[in-house]
Amino acid sequence: MALVTLTIDGKKVEIEEGATVLEAARKAGIDIPTLCFLEDINEIGACRMCVVEVKGTKALQAACVYPVSNGLEVHTNTPLVRASRRLTLELLLSNHPYECPTCIRNLNCELQALAEKLGIREVRVPGIREEFKVDDSTPSIVRDPNKCILCRRCVAVCEQIQGIKAVAPMNRGFKSVVTTAFQQPMADVSCVLCGQCTLVCPVGALYEHDDIDKVWKALADPDKHVIVQTAPATRVTVGEMFGMEPGTISTGKMVAALRRLGFNPVFDTDFAADLTILEEGSELIERLEHGGKLPLITSCSPGWIKFIEHFYPDLLDHLSTCKSPQQMFGAIAKTYYAQKVGVDPSKIVVVSIMPCTAKKFECRRPEMNSSGFQDVDYVLTTREFGRMVKQAGIDWNSLPEEEYDDPLGVSTGAGAIFGATGGVMEAALRTAYELVTGKTLERLDYNEVRGLEGIKEATVDFDGLQVKVAVAHTLSNARKILDRVKAGEVNYHFIEIMACPGGCLGGGGQPIPTNTEIRKKRMAAIYEVDKNMPLRKSHENPAVKMLYEEFLGKPLSHKSHELLHTHYTPRPKY
Amino acid sequence: MGEQACACEEKYKEIEEAIGEYKGDRSALIPLLQKTQRLFGYVPRAVQVKIAEELGIPLTDVYGTVTFYSFFSLKPKGKYNIQCCNGTACYVRGAPKVIERFEKELGIKAGDTTDDGKYSLQVVRCLGACGLSPTIMVNQDTHARMKPDKVPEVLKKYV
Repeated sequence: MALVTLTIDGKKVEIEEGATVLEAARKAGIDIPTLCFLEDINEIGACRMCVVEVKGTKALQAACVYPVSNGLEVHTNTPLVRASRRLTLELLLSNHPYECPTCIRNLNCELQALAEKLGIREVRVPGIREEFKVDDSTPSIVRDPNKCILCRRCVAVCEQIQGIKAVAPMNRGFKSVVTTAFQQPMADVSCVLCGQCTLVCPVGALYEHDDIDKVWKALADPDKHVIVQTAPATRVTVGEMFGMEPGTISTGKMVAALRRLGFNPVFDTDFAADLTILEEGSELIERLEHGGKLPLITSCSPGWIKFIEHFYPDLLDHLSTCKSPQQMFGAIAKTYYAQKVGVDPSKIVVVSIMPCTAKKFECRRPEMNSSGFQDVDYVLTTREFGRMVKQAGIDWNSLPEEEYDDPLGVSTGAGAIFGATGGVMEAALRTAYELVTGKTLERLDYNEVRGLEGIKEATVDFDGLQVKVAVAHTLSNARKILDRVKAGEVNYHFIEIMACPGGCLGGGGQPIPTNTEIRKKRMAAIYEVDKNMPLRKSHENPAVKMLYEEFLGKPLSHKSHELLHTHYTPRPKY
Repeated sequence: MGEQACACEEKYKEIEEAIGEYKGDRSALIPLLQKTQRLFGYVPRAVQVKIAEELGIPLTDVYGTVTFYSFFSLKPKGKYNIQCCNGTACYVRGAPKVIERFEKELGIKAGDTTDDGKYSLQVVRCLGACGLSPTIMVNQDTHARMKPDKVPEVLKKYV
């Protein structure tokens, strides 16, 4: 592509044709403030924070959408630019509640940070404020339009990444509000609760439903036996809550922090991920050998499950009947583990630390009571867990590295990679290969299913049996794959689908910010965790083997079906 | 879908046929909404769902469009639809007082319809007749240089 040269604040910048002034400025190390801008997803020049002076044009231009051209002369720091940005921000603030100290996004709010950056000490315009009802109708996401600055990032993510557009701007002028169709409660529309909107919201208008206080209460109750499980993807992201570099592996510190919060014992969802592989791998083999419904599609991601229930209910019998690892863990904890330690399951409280807002919905599904109780009681997102640690006054940096407890804390590298797109597939292939062929797998890394490409395909040789697999992340990619399956254009045997970009490491409950660069670092860390594990195949997990010997019998046994498998519910699209 | 009972089965049939002609064509959204509005006097929810389904677009896009343009309404309009312009010219020449008087005379707020289904009151901008401001329209009739005191007189013409 041709290069063009422009001048920004007197500095010559060379950049590819088609780039924007914002990109050129960033390349030159010149900071232009943005608010509605979200790289590749929301580039609409709506908020006017990024305005600059472009020589030869009458009005100020939005840098995020203004294309570069040869000889362009741009000024980013003139009295006019500063005055305009200030006034824009003051107008936004005039319609924003001043609740910063009690807001969930306090100290991690882009509006607040901009006000500080631009030195706003006074808002000169008293604004008219519409009063909107806060929508707390789902167990996962809270929507507070009073704090919304109408940047449309949530709309863009929901439409472009997830292919749903559960929310969009309604009305006009002062009455504009980002809401659902017919302004229904979120619980009544086809929102899948993935929480991607909560990751991109610059303010506190969309956020996770906070369950911290319920967990504190359980921990303080001497009558309760409170145990915890940690999802695969949380160990490579939780450090970010404490200022650590994205991609820092914090497994040991997380375990130590959980013990100090009062969880005892501290277990690992990775154990249940290994268990899932045994069940799901066996299900795949059974469907392959006995002419069952193919392709088999994974069922770990609750946002994905809600999506297929709403949008492709006719394909529900393709789903694996396996519960997600979180729910398998809960069912095993309140049966097998309860028996083993001799604790009445009614006294056991299972808390999950999850990268996900949809998990809060999943644990409350009526099917998830196989133990006779709600199998998982409370789900905390990575963000909530981070806040809880801060509330407890625990100094993250000085925490030692500690180990998970036995037996439900024992896991393999295959369990760990569930946190990345392609991970469940890879873990399943490692096990299924050995179960089908009876041979030892030489090369453990299935690189063809790794990485951030939207849809990945591979054909795997199981000793003559060619198994065709596909992996998709984000629901817009899921849509593409399902449409092909429906049209009979593809003949996969096995498909992995994760709702969130990058898989769980980019989940809606992960630390803010989460973007492509950060996702890549987290992904590298996940595969590092896998590489460093002594065992890397789920069927070699000694605690899972013991669970089958002592309790379940074998994969797909009657007891397995009772505790570890589930069914799905068609839901309306509108 | 909870729509009020009316002789609208035929209307539904007509609009469904029209929607059917534009399957998968998202650019047909506004023309179809216009047709619905003309046919029903408003855009029923069931029709919005049908449009979303057939055109293959999110329901939020349909509802968002309906709520964005003042031409569309979510509630059935009265026999006489009173549109009071509150654009800049009408505004500075006293439109708010005219609107206030209509609200008082009709006993409804702007955006509503009287219980007998006779009058709807709407605030719009701009009718494109700034030279006649403040301007109002009752169905297709234009009334120029409105004053609050002219309101009862105008209403008498529409019974």
